[in-house]
Amino acid sequence: MQLLLVLPIVLPVTTAAVCMLFWRFGAVQRALATVGAAALLGNALALLAAVRREGMLVLQLGNWPAPFGITLVADLFSAIMTVLAAVIGLAVVVYSLATIDIRRQAFGYYPFLHVLLMGVCGCFLTGDLFNLYVWFEVMLMASFVLLALGGERGQLEGAIKYVTLNLVGSTFFLSALGLLYGMVGTLNMADAARMLGEVGRPGLVSTLAMLFLAAFGIKAALFPFFFWLPASYHTPPVAVSAIFAGLLTKVGVYSLIRVFTLLFVQDVGYTHGLILVISGLTMVTGVLGAVAQNEFRRILSFHIISQVGYMVMGLALFTPLALAGSIFYIIHHIIVKTNLFLASGVVLQLRGTLELNRLGGLYLRSPTLALLFLVPALSLAGLPPLSGFWAKLLLVRAGLEAGSYPIVATALGVSLLTLFSMTKIWGKAFWGGPPEAAGDNAATEEARLPLGTRFPLYLPMTALALFTVAIGLLVQPVFELSLQAAQQLLDPRIYIHAVLGEKG
Amino acid sequence: MELLMAIVIGGLYAAGIFMLLRPSPVKLAIGLGLLANAVNLLIFVAAGLTPGRAPLVETGAVRPAVPFADPVPQALILTAIVISFGVLAFILVLLRRAAETLGVDNLDDMRSTD
Repeated sequence: MQLLLVLPIVLPVTTAAVCMLFWRFGAVQRALATVGAAALLGNALALLAAVRREGMLVLQLGNWPAPFGITLVADLFSAIMTVLAAVIGLAVVVYSLATIDIRRQAFGYYPFLHVLLMGVCGCFLTGDLFNLYVWFEVMLMASFVLLALGGERGQLEGAIKYVTLNLVGSTFFLSALGLLYGMVGTLNMADAARMLGEVGRPGLVSTLAMLFLAAFGIKAALFPFFFWLPASYHTPPVAVSAIFAGLLTKVGVYSLIRVFTLLFVQDVGYTHGLILVISGLTMVTGVLGAVAQNEFRRILSFHIISQVGYMVMGLALFTPLALAGSIFYIIHHIIVKTNLFLASGVVLQLRGTLELNRLGGLYLRSPTLALLFLVPALSLAGLPPLSGFWAKLLLVRAGLEAGSYPIVATALGVSLLTLFSMTKIWGKAFWGGPPEAAGDNAATEEARLPLGTRFPLYLPMTALALFTVAIGLLVQPVFELSLQAAQQLLDPRIYIHAVLGEKG
Repeated sequence: MELLMAIVIGGLYAAGIFMLLRPSPVKLAIGLGLLANAVNLLIFVAAGLTPGRAPLVETGAVRPAVPFADPVPQALILTAIVISFGVLAFILVLLRRAAETLGVDNLDDMRSTD
């Protein structure tokens, strides 16, 4: 059982290392990367099953007892996130098989992709704040390389902004860690949670909470720290954009939820009230940015910001239903957003541009692609019966029950604007006439892609789209899973007891 | 001692942030380096300074005699130094490549991806 907890970190690093051994053999690397990602998915599913069956899994590395050694913990929330990371990892690896050029592959694209997955899984499974920092850095280093790999003009410029802002975020995080250690003398999350309850200096604890909020807010692209995201996410190859969009901001959201349900629950009125305001502002600024854009991937990047607002809204309301809504929203959003980015990549392959004004008529020429875009787009905007509808419904209901009417109104209004900007992509790129009316032959554009390319492009997109529909139709089990995870999160004693044993 | 360290750390933070706000890429890298060092010192001081008391166990004793310097922040800083050093090296290479490819050495001129 304990092995399941280590493997999400060991499998990707092994895959990355073996890929590096075959540095000059692209075909071998591609095969290994796919096998590694599939194995990670199998492992993550087994982990989720084990956590559901037996409750929280805890592993003390090297058998050092809890506050002294390095602890790996998987509760339901971590396990769900690991499964999602593995799903997106596999989807993006398969998609990369057809889209990543030889040059990027020769400079180690696949090894770095797996190092990124290792960092993400490490963030989800660690039970120690300093290790969280280390995993963050592992993930960031891999993402820096993936972002800059290829060295195109836009990429380098985007990378400078991304790297700088994320490093400033890391600085905040590390400062907060230092002060926390000075205050309670431990960095084990369970131990720190126990000690913080006894410190009895709410002002100081709240200050620390704000430092953590700023640090994770930068990673999660919360208002007002989000501007690095739309400046960089549209520059790398689409496969890289997709995994960034799906996973990286969610690591920030995961850390926020973890820290603000476990550590900083002494002064909920102040901290979570502030988070509520921030979540509303994040939604509004994100969606307004999206409405103002005219490029496929930039619209999608701005949407990430507004959607992060929804996830954080559930955390801010801090009721079981609201947190379940947050978790449901994360599940839904990771799948849908990756899918949308993958669809934008196919458009880029077909037409060579993503400027909406130069696209058009894709619906007639590439009906499958149009359908595969439409499903996640409608889901993102929150149309029933797709997964986004249920996620929003849960949050809105939780908001109404908590009596926070302004945030509910904001969420609903932003939802409408999301639909509006999605129809903009649909209307300009897929609906309308093709940009050059002359010379349109009856053959569909999709048919022009060779079969060997089409399969790896469409397989992950179709799988993710079916996933979205499936969550929408079979909402009950997913909701129950989210609710269980939320209840686990809201009772820190379970976590503390699982990690520290009798002492907790 | 704490007061002196506090002043040094404050000065490092201030200088680091000031450098980050300059338009020159080189100063950006210097600023990040200064910030990284400020944070390392902050961890060191936040955990308490105990000069001259190494956490070594005397022969025959079970634990070191109090007060002894806490070894954990030192281990943390060691890790943080390694990480920030690696990241800084990456940034320098990135900035150089960016200057070569983009042909500008002013961060304010890098607006094409905003």
